[in-house]
Amino acid sequence: MTIVQVIANLPALVVVIPLLLSPIVALTPVAGLAWVLAVLGTGGALFCAVLLQGAVTGGAGFSYFLGNWPPPWGIEFVVDPVSAFTVLVMAALAFVATLFARGALPAEIAEGDAGKAYSAWLLACGGLSGLVLTGDAFNLFVFLEISALSSVILIALGAGRDRRALIAGYNYLIIGAVGATFYVIGVGFIYAVTGSLNMADLAVRIPEVAETNVVRIGFGFMMAGLLVKAAIFPVHVWLPAAYAFAPSAVSALLAAIATKASLYIIARVMFGVFAGVPDLAAFTAEFILIPLALAGIFLGTILAIYENDIKKLLAFSSVAQIGYIALGFGVATTAGLAAGFVHIGNHALIKGGLFLAVGCYAVALGRRVNLGQMAGLGRRMPITTTAFLICGLSLIGLPLTAGFISKLYLVRALLEAEMIMVMLLVMGSSALSVVYLWKIVEVLWTPGEGETPVRQAPVRETPALYLPLWIIAIANIWFGVAPAPLVDAATRAAMYLTGGM
Amino acid sequence: MSAPLATLVESWNYLVVICLMMGGLFIVISQNNLVKKLVGLAIFQTSVFLFYISVGKIAGGTAPILLKGDETLYSNPLPHVLILTAIVVGVATTALGLALVLRINAAFGSIEDDEVLSMKAADAEPRGRRDRSPEDAA
Repeated sequence: MTIVQVIANLPALVVVIPLLLSPIVALTPVAGLAWVLAVLGTGGALFCAVLLQGAVTGGAGFSYFLGNWPPPWGIEFVVDPVSAFTVLVMAALAFVATLFARGALPAEIAEGDAGKAYSAWLLACGGLSGLVLTGDAFNLFVFLEISALSSVILIALGAGRDRRALIAGYNYLIIGAVGATFYVIGVGFIYAVTGSLNMADLAVRIPEVAETNVVRIGFGFMMAGLLVKAAIFPVHVWLPAAYAFAPSAVSALLAAIATKASLYIIARVMFGVFAGVPDLAAFTAEFILIPLALAGIFLGTILAIYENDIKKLLAFSSVAQIGYIALGFGVATTAGLAAGFVHIGNHALIKGGLFLAVGCYAVALGRRVNLGQMAGLGRRMPITTTAFLICGLSLIGLPLTAGFISKLYLVRALLEAEMIMVMLLVMGSSALSVVYLWKIVEVLWTPGEGETPVRQAPVRETPALYLPLWIIAIANIWFGVAPAPLVDAATRAAMYLTGGM
Repeated sequence: MSAPLATLVESWNYLVVICLMMGGLFIVISQNNLVKKLVGLAIFQTSVFLFYISVGKIAGGTAPILLKGDETLYSNPLPHVLILTAIVVGVATTALGLALVLRINAAFGSIEDDEVLSMKAADAEPRGRRDRSPEDAA
């Protein structure tokens, strides 16, 4: 096989490498070997994603025909600036989370389950990449379910430490399945009037039947299902419990990449597939996405302020951050979409880092962590806490961190679209997010009352845990100081979407 | 018969789809028993299967096997294939859901939503205190 052939097959390899390794890993009895295979799987996917991103810097896309069946009959994987960007972000974060899993997972699940856990882990990674790359509306549903079912398994693995993880997994399964089924109903309606499932083909055919109720209803069902999957307020209810009770490494993986894929699909459906009916997309953006995003931002932030369990606090904060991304998409201009994609990348870095840090605390303390138990940890675990602080500052958007770039572009997009009210609300919510971050910081550096000397002794920090965390912390600063690569890629993605499919 | 009513009677299969869909969704939302919720979910998904099959079916159409010089009227085979996939997905979802219910029953001793939830709420408080004890002892 020549190099050219390998490159031509890259889009499939991103998805196929993790998926093919998954059954092998499931049969691996040794936890260490299973982890090595998982690292190989996610690392291979990351390598392919980097090459794909390189291939689309020119601004043009290409596609891969599965089984060599040309679209619209066969399924195609579409590599364009939008999907390449999202896949790269997701593959990078999945790789770092996998590195972290070696130290964190054994502390929270049974030794014998490790092989199966990594198997579900790879399925989730492969499924989410497939979700982003596929150009077929029904194939998308299949990947949606692959990633959802494997995520449920991963969440339920948290039952070893806290039985509530089972309920969180069950609720995610039910809500996720209803959401995915809504999406399929929508696809069915669209298929009934267009006779096509290929997204590019649909974008051409939908304008011919744009003024029919069938298209509107189909669009409504699809969006309703996708909003559930992306955990946009008020259908975010599955997210806090799922992130809070999953094992630490899984929380980091899901928080970093799971909802990002669905947000990407929302952008793709609104501005790609339904680009031919601009009224519909504009209506959805103005009267559904923006209000829901704002409500989610405030509700998530306020719930986070009153939450005491650190993982749940971060999960509520995720609901708010997803709101910022949805708000960017809701603005529906090139600048707004670019802001949304910038925040997809930055939020993956921020929340991935924060959950990794909380994972370090949980492993060190050997239990679930709530704020009270974190008292004085700043002195006992300085390496981890410094990285936690960097990611936290990035979360509230301090200059020189990645989060600042997100806020900057979002505010600029809102100003450009003359949405002054919305912009003020965004600024206000940012100020509110300082409250919950400060609450954590205060606890971290103040020793608890009546502390025994034992509880003030430094905790041994293992490099296996804090190195992945620091990779992300440094990335947070890196993309704050030199945001050009990320911003360029996101802008290219936005321009590609608004310029037509 | 008036025209709208005639349309309704002619497309009775879609009426069945709507009834199953709403019924299934209602069961998922209203039922307290975790297994019954899964049953509702299965009914909800089945309604979608029927919907796809209905869309693809042509009255009097046969299987799409084309013989030379033969102009048979055939139904669109694609929805059937799609639904074959969706059925597999549905079975996997139900299986995983039932497995989770087994584990929930083992952990909580109940599969009634409200009982499990009240136990879950009870976990939130005393757990924190119980968790603290080992290290205090150390």
